[in-house]
Amino acid sequence: MPEMTEERVPAGPRQKEDLSLLHEVSAKTAGVSHVEMCIQCGTCGGSCPSAAAMDHTPRAIFAMLRAGMREEVMKSNTPWMCVSCYYCTVRCPQEIHITDVMYTLKNMALKSGAVKHSTASDFSRTFINFVENYGRSYEIGLAGLHNLIHLNLALRLPNMAPMAIGMLTKKGMSPLPPKRIKGMDGLKKILKRAKELESA
Amino acid sequence: MSEYIFYPGCSMESSAKAYYESVMAVCKTLDVKLNEIDDWNCCGATEYLSLERMPAYALIARNLALAEKQANGTNTVVAPCSACYLNLSKADHYMQEDKAFGKNINEALAAGGLHYTAGKLAVRHLLDVVLNDVGLDLVKAKVVKPLAGLRVVPYVGCMLPRPDYSHRYSDTEHPTEMDDLLAALGAEVINFPLSTACCGGHMTQIGPDTAFELIRRLIASADEAKADVIVTLCPMCQMNLDAFQGQMNGYFKTNYQMPILFFTQLMGIAFGKEPKELGFGSEFVSARAAMSRIGVKTPEPAAAPKAKKPEGLPMPPPLAKNGKHAKETVK
Repeated sequence: MPEMTEERVPAGPRQKEDLSLLHEVSAKTAGVSHVEMCIQCGTCGGSCPSAAAMDHTPRAIFAMLRAGMREEVMKSNTPWMCVSCYYCTVRCPQEIHITDVMYTLKNMALKSGAVKHSTASDFSRTFINFVENYGRSYEIGLAGLHNLIHLNLALRLPNMAPMAIGMLTKKGMSPLPPKRIKGMDGLKKILKRAKELESA
Repeated sequence: MSEYIFYPGCSMESSAKAYYESVMAVCKTLDVKLNEIDDWNCCGATEYLSLERMPAYALIARNLALAEKQANGTNTVVAPCSACYLNLSKADHYMQEDKAFGKNINEALAAGGLHYTAGKLAVRHLLDVVLNDVGLDLVKAKVVKPLAGLRVVPYVGCMLPRPDYSHRYSDTEHPTEMDDLLAALGAEVINFPLSTACCGGHMTQIGPDTAFELIRRLIASADEAKADVIVTLCPMCQMNLDAFQGQMNGYFKTNYQMPILFFTQLMGIAFGKEPKELGFGSEFVSARAAMSRIGVKTPEPAAAPKAKKPEGLPMPPPLAKNGKHAKETVK
């Protein structure tokens, strides 16, 4: 039996909490995220259709943010596996905008360089490159280019080529890029200013 | 006649032409006039939000600014695509909720000579307009060919009922609006528990293993309920369940043949319109057999090119640096 002492250990954290990471994520999320309010109930992970493919459940990510585990969070595949179904968001008893927090974590991971290339981030970049140049998305070009960049992924899937041809023959999609919007110059200026404001 | 500002979205002019054509046909019957936003741009889907916050919202807000400028007697923007609908509502909602954020977005818009007054417009999905403005009584009055005997699964998907910033739908997980509409057309509506479960979203391009399982459970569940067709209201859901159904079948060695249609295509049929006018025949999984059950002859989709049989022995997986076979993963 351990020796009893008079010394009392106060409850609560032994060292001062560093909540800077948590606050940073909150500030970088559009709207009021409520991310500081997590009570670790796990409803998010239990509601998530892609939780099985995640390195950490959303609940674990929120605990890691509170613990200041920046590198681990930035390298986690969790936000990249999010399908934006918003089940967690509407079920969260603390009304945390979980899906939007996942977007913020993706933004931060790209900016910090923790994620350089992945099928997920490359897909987003390829998609947006078309939008930034035409003002419209370009589904056929996107699918083609994305599958070329990640050929290993495309080759694993059966019937990829017939499916692409089916898009043209059945759905009557044009293989040509979309028509550029008239206000492309204005849109470019808007996006340039938005990027400056983002990094300010 | 009621007029609305219309934001079609990119899919409507490429992969979801059937949706566009049927929306136009149905709105004509219902005397709903859709005025397209002049020179609208892509909403960025979920992809721009994943990269950078301000540019993503500025991209969305440019459409709202153009719509506000063009608004003439109406302040309602109608989007038929769930992702577009959510993005437009999201930008409007957060610009109101977070004033400093709204100010920044307007500063970006100003670089292109535009401005949006947050809260000025009401962003709504076409389904909501049909149910709450047009009303089911008028819809019923226009039905000349009731869909009696057609067993339909109402599949709503995620981005319409969730997060539902403006509380427009009856429930975030089991909204009944689409059920009510299809019942008004005379169809036999199946009570579908997975009505708002995820279709896989962009996972078909990023993590197909995850996507295929999400697609499988929807198709398998509808098949088990003896559905003739699954009815959608979003181009992304339609594409994932229809165009990727064959790949999903290949992945799980199943052979489901579940046609996936847009709700407006069925409305058009019930209103007595020609299937060709409604984009039938552009689906991957033919709706012909299903529609023939109620005596409607739809065009057969163009024949799919046959997949080549792989020649020779399968290749071994690539070697990892340590000389061992790398475990196949998709990340």
